[in-house]
Amino acid sequence: MPPARIEDDVIAAAVDRAVESWGSAPTQLLQVLRETQEPLGWLPAGALERIARALDVSIARVRGVVAFYSFLYAEPQGEYRVLFSDDVTDRMLGSGERLREMCERLWAEPGKPSADGLVSIDRTASIGLCDQGPSLLVNGRPLTRIDAARAAQVCELMLSRTPLAQWPAELFRIEDNVRRRGVLLDDPIRPGEGIRAAIARGEATGTGRQAMLDEIKQARLLGRGGAGFTTGVKWESCARQPVEPRIVVCNADEGEPGTFKDRLLLTRYADLVFEGMTVAAWGIGATRGFVYLRGEYRYLLDALRETLARRRREGLLGRGIAGRADFEFDVEIHVGAGSYVCGEASALVESLEGKRGIPRNRPPRLAEKGYLLLPTVVNNVESYCAAALIALHGAAWFCSQGTPKSSGTKLLSVSGDCERPGIYEYPFGVTVREVLEACGARDTIAVQAGGPSGVCLGQDEFDRRIAFEDIETGGAFVVFDGTRDMFEIGRHYAHFFADESCGFCTPCRVGTSLLRNLMDKIRDGKGSQHDLQTIEELGRLLARASHCGLGESAGRPLLGTLKRFRPAYERRLGSSAVEPAFDLDGALARARRMTGRDDPGAHLGDER
Amino acid sequence: MSDAESRPSFTLDGVEVPFDPGQTVLQAALAAGQYIPHLCYHPEFKPHGSCKVCTVRTGGHAATSCTTPARAGMVVESETEEVVAERRMLVQLLFVEGNHFCPSCEKSGHCKLQAVAYDLGMTSPRFDHFFPDRPVDASHPEILLDFNRCILCELCVRASAEVDGKQVFALAGRGMGKHLVVNSASGLLRDSAVAATDKAVDVCPVGVILRKRVGFAVPVGQRRFDERPISAQASDYAPRPAPPRDP
Repeated sequence: MPPARIEDDVIAAAVDRAVESWGSAPTQLLQVLRETQEPLGWLPAGALERIARALDVSIARVRGVVAFYSFLYAEPQGEYRVLFSDDVTDRMLGSGERLREMCERLWAEPGKPSADGLVSIDRTASIGLCDQGPSLLVNGRPLTRIDAARAAQVCELMLSRTPLAQWPAELFRIEDNVRRRGVLLDDPIRPGEGIRAAIARGEATGTGRQAMLDEIKQARLLGRGGAGFTTGVKWESCARQPVEPRIVVCNADEGEPGTFKDRLLLTRYADLVFEGMTVAAWGIGATRGFVYLRGEYRYLLDALRETLARRRREGLLGRGIAGRADFEFDVEIHVGAGSYVCGEASALVESLEGKRGIPRNRPPRLAEKGYLLLPTVVNNVESYCAAALIALHGAAWFCSQGTPKSSGTKLLSVSGDCERPGIYEYPFGVTVREVLEACGARDTIAVQAGGPSGVCLGQDEFDRRIAFEDIETGGAFVVFDGTRDMFEIGRHYAHFFADESCGFCTPCRVGTSLLRNLMDKIRDGKGSQHDLQTIEELGRLLARASHCGLGESAGRPLLGTLKRFRPAYERRLGSSAVEPAFDLDGALARARRMTGRDDPGAHLGDER
Repeated sequence: MSDAESRPSFTLDGVEVPFDPGQTVLQAALAAGQYIPHLCYHPEFKPHGSCKVCTVRTGGHAATSCTTPARAGMVVESETEEVVAERRMLVQLLFVEGNHFCPSCEKSGHCKLQAVAYDLGMTSPRFDHFFPDRPVDASHPEILLDFNRCILCELCVRASAEVDGKQVFALAGRGMGKHLVVNSASGLLRDSAVAATDKAVDVCPVGVILRKRVGFAVPVGQRRFDERPISAQASDYAPRPAPPRDP
């Protein structure tokens, strides 16, 4: 078991190894912290001080970063660190019961290491396995389909202190669950094909790299992460900056609850992702690339690095790509450490620079001043896959799929109440109803499209279409049937945003916590019409005054469920117009204990 | 500087406001004597836009006036009923987030949070208080830190880094757990590089960073915002360069 106290030389060795592999630039702070923690299990004070000295940054900055990311621990943790994925779909599949059982079996309390130091058990935001939940991470490795029997098996493995490497492989098996293929999933191109096509097009038209930018613009590719910004405009404005080097970043921080399609792309289509980044680099004239891989996907790192190494050997990365002396580009992978906000492009860039992931002010845009104030393009994993296909097959081919305003296809991550959860690739324009039929959903009352920051759709909206002109989505498609309580779904999402707010701006920092408390108050039967009104007002304030898109959408799941499922809220309300959150009689409990009284005279009745 | 006629301008609630290129809406407004409520902005520092109190409407969108570059011909709305109601709500959020007990606070009358709240007509905190537990740091012989009143404006962080060149203060954590920390091995101010003469010690808009033993040198009732409301003191917040530092 990890002793709370780790020997100084062990700490020093872990820090030195991390600094050796990442270097001592302050930009590497997050990576050094993360890698130091891997062998130690947590980050003792001595490690933080040594890292501060090695990277020449203040100890306050180091502590500030550690306290920002939920996977970095400044306190001792258990030998096994168990993190239950807390997606609403995990809850629907019984993760709450599993967590309780495991805590009882192991004498642990959520959020605290057990007294014997064996485990720490806690919840974490969705880990992107909603199609095979309940899921959890043990020391960073994902386990799927945790039913009561598997939970018991995991407990026994931990109690017998079996090393993770010797656990049955079946526990770690992750299904792809590809249910419907379109042009993207059906046509994985051969490594280098897209790059060579992009170069050839430039030679044929005599426009060189510009030909790639033109093709992307003509394809009208819109960002697949959910925001839907025009990729070609982004690339071109970056290419026009007279500053070098230019940077290409792949946003693999797939944190929107209910989304898991990037998991598939990074697992099975990594070549396509890197191909897309490389054609972007060709078009923009970028030489440096980063993949920002969410900490929850740390288990994909080794395979991704192998793919990068193979592409270097094949002449598809590094110097002289595809035989062109004027084409140099390489990619390194940074791993996140548990922060939803880092999925926001500018917060992601801050995190790449080794800082707390706080979204930046705009202007300037990242295309002008991004990573280390260099011109930077940040795109979603799926966007790069589409870009690689466009490079090979051309804009006209790409536009033959989808709708006039939304060309191409979209990967949907379907989960929740349906027979066949998994990945569905559809041309844009597919209706919600078609997807529901395909996935075997019955008695559906609502679909949360785009995750909690997206839109809640009721039954009368199922003929609406997945497309940028109607329902914009990063791909989450969470199905709820008639057995679900939409108030509880909303409350769950309110907790998610309160946990994940970066805390930079007032409305999101305080507003999300107030919303969470109001939802808990209503759950406890102490809500009133006044509280519903307050929820609506706070939701509108968040939408208007927040610093970034995440804060802007943090009130949406409540406004959405409140609008469509108001009775689910109202049946919990107390009778009067205003109900206090403060429990007057409860406040006397301590005095009653101290005086040993519990008679009627020691209680305040309801006659207030 | 060019004369008034050749300077570009925008309108703020219908009033013409000239600006110099590079100025933000708030900077130009304050320089022209027009007040827009704000808390995390300070005339000597680069604006960063976290408190959101200076949010205005322009072009149909909400925008923080402290970070939005002024553009010729912009139409900016600030004192509309809707915008003022939002600001009041933001200030209420700041009040319930920390522990702000004005009657017993030695900063009362000098406190910008209190002054802005009065000015916006805030009559109650409205929301349920969080009552956070934030121990004070009284370790330093000359300076007291009462984190209970922190509104996370980062002015001390910026002042210490940019003017004092010390990085005595930093932020840690996230969400409601975000908090101010002191840069020293022990985490205590006593062990940091702070000096009572630092800009960082002067710049706190609320009652977090306090000089000891001078709290009531100016009696309550005769303090800055007791005399005149903060909105009548706009020109005090007009942009100005940081004062020269002692060698």
